[in-house]
Amino acid sequence: MNLMEYQGKELFRRAGIPVPQSRHAIAPDDVAEFLNGVAGEWVVKAQVLMGGRGKAGKIKFAKGAAEGRSVSEEILATPMPPNRQNPAGEPIKSLLVEEKLPITKEAYCAITIDRSTKKPAIIVSRFGGMDIEEVSEKHPESIAKFFVDTAIGYSPFVGRELAFEAGLDPAFRKQFPAILGALYDVFFRYGAKLVEINPLALTTDGRVYASDAKVELDDDALFRNPEFAEWQQALPLDEDERLAAESGLGIRNFRRFDGTVGTMANGAGLAMATMDAVSFAGGKVANFLDVGGGANAERVRKCYELVVNSTDAKVLFINIFGGITRGDEVARGIVEALKTTTSRRIPLVIRLTGTNEEEGRRILAEAGMTPVETMDEGAERAVEIAGRTTGQASS
Amino acid sequence: MSIFLDKNSKIIVQGITGAEGSYHTSRMVKYGTNVVGGVTPGKGGQKTAGGLPVFDTVKAAVDATGATHTCIFVPPPFAADALYEAYDAGVTFAVCITEGVPVHDMLKVVGTTAGMRIIGPNCPGLISPGKALVGIMPGHVFKEGDVGLISRSGTLTYEVVDGLTRAGLGQSTCVGIGGDPIIGTTFVDCLREFQNDPQTKAIVICGEIGGTDEEDAAAYVRDHMPGTPVVAFVGGRNAPPGKSLGHAGAIISGNFGTAQSKIAAFREAGVPVADRPSEIPALLAERLASSV
Repeated sequence: MNLMEYQGKELFRRAGIPVPQSRHAIAPDDVAEFLNGVAGEWVVKAQVLMGGRGKAGKIKFAKGAAEGRSVSEEILATPMPPNRQNPAGEPIKSLLVEEKLPITKEAYCAITIDRSTKKPAIIVSRFGGMDIEEVSEKHPESIAKFFVDTAIGYSPFVGRELAFEAGLDPAFRKQFPAILGALYDVFFRYGAKLVEINPLALTTDGRVYASDAKVELDDDALFRNPEFAEWQQALPLDEDERLAAESGLGIRNFRRFDGTVGTMANGAGLAMATMDAVSFAGGKVANFLDVGGGANAERVRKCYELVVNSTDAKVLFINIFGGITRGDEVARGIVEALKTTTSRRIPLVIRLTGTNEEEGRRILAEAGMTPVETMDEGAERAVEIAGRTTGQASS
Repeated sequence: MSIFLDKNSKIIVQGITGAEGSYHTSRMVKYGTNVVGGVTPGKGGQKTAGGLPVFDTVKAAVDATGATHTCIFVPPPFAADALYEAYDAGVTFAVCITEGVPVHDMLKVVGTTAGMRIIGPNCPGLISPGKALVGIMPGHVFKEGDVGLISRSGTLTYEVVDGLTRAGLGQSTCVGIGGDPIIGTTFVDCLREFQNDPQTKAIVICGEIGGTDEEDAAAYVRDHMPGTPVVAFVGGRNAPPGKSLGHAGAIISGNFGTAQSKIAAFREAGVPVADRPSEIPALLAERLASSV
């Protein structure tokens, strides 16, 4: 679960990381009310998960109530435009109004989980306010890393060492170890997968602030902090995640593509291999779908409907490696699912293994479906059917 | 021989009276695994339907049975605690089947339990065919032989093994290492073990996108196992880019982690990469023939 800037800053504030004075606002009127009679220049920022807000004109400056209202209206008038990572763009549901800081220098710091060393990794650069991947290409010498021993945790020497190694402006140095320590507290206490301050801003009068906040929480640890369930309501699920959740799947178990061969498999590894098999057979995949354990009739029907109703699939290739489940039970489930669905019908190609698999294949064939023996054969049959089917098909 | 597990390994099950725990315990026993008991706090003194003793604590179970191995079927919030309890009781080998363990819990566990080998979490366990099965794998798919297999996935492993078995290529040990970001045992850890196992003559590595475990495995094979026949498969060539990968994560792994990077690393190490799981047996047979 990725947090919005205002949510991340709330966690920062609790941990004692200096953040600019701010107000979270839903409507232009809220912004106007907050800025009524308040002096100085303020920043109004769209609250979205996508990057590139500045370039998209979704960060604007305002003085006073009237200007606050008008720039808010401008920001909210259109959604975030699409980019490479987010081809659908993102709706803007709220704003953050924040004091404008007199910034002279911008740096970067983040903590994430490193799979290879199996340790938290702290990353610091003297270049902030830009994409860190770009920094790593252009100024690799500016990036310093430290892998934390979890038995020790964070200790201030780590911040000092990193500040020197990354060449941070000396004006950062006094406050930096404490800020990094507080950031480690956020990372550790809330079970985050990523906490990032970009930029970490130095002001003309020598103060250091988290000018932006990026926090990714571990979905598996959300049960420890029930308040996040409420925070989650404010977050956008993308269309695929929403569809998956509505069908009772995990949000990462379904993803759409623009092909015509629908796929369904049990287990993420097999689901990926199934997609790869369709591609090797010359077809274009309509979706990724991991049906998970227990492919019963109800589950299969929902997944069938999900693929049929939300993709351009002309055929659905179901690949179930039964393992310890019974092939005849799964087959009956599939037949039952297709009997009860009210969605449009597309041909099914089914590869099914497990105990009693021959019996399972017989049940499927009797119901007019195409049972196959191997994954490759299934992929080829599915691609063949998708190729010769035009428009709405019937099974 | 085999790695990690044989006929004599004494195994306990943590969470033995739960639905998953009791079902899979009976399957393990049926396969011939030396399960000596299990743990469910509050149910000490009882027996399972199959007659196995239940203990209140891992310590009590280890004291009474001399168990060295544990298989953990407890809900995600309690998995780290179960691993610590096993470690404290002197267990040296733990398989954690549980899916959904908080990643910070595993960070702490792997950083503080040196000396205990952990497989998983979020894994199907392991099997030394003909000897013992610990976890949830379908035993009948496997056949004893000399191919070692390591995989990050469950059902894909069964798919690959099914192909090997049908082609007459039996297995020494098959390890499902799990798909989580932080796991106890990596491909390289398993390769080291296979290297010292006289039964294992060839190795299959089933990887997938994300992380750098496959790249590390390729480098290890290149540097330390040049004569061993190894074949790899990398799932997810057409998978969506991982949305959860933040920029700070991407920078640590650089350009690693994609299917292309992993396939290139294996090929550069002289490890053939199968395009489809069904090609693995033939590739392996070829490598075995040319290595003699």
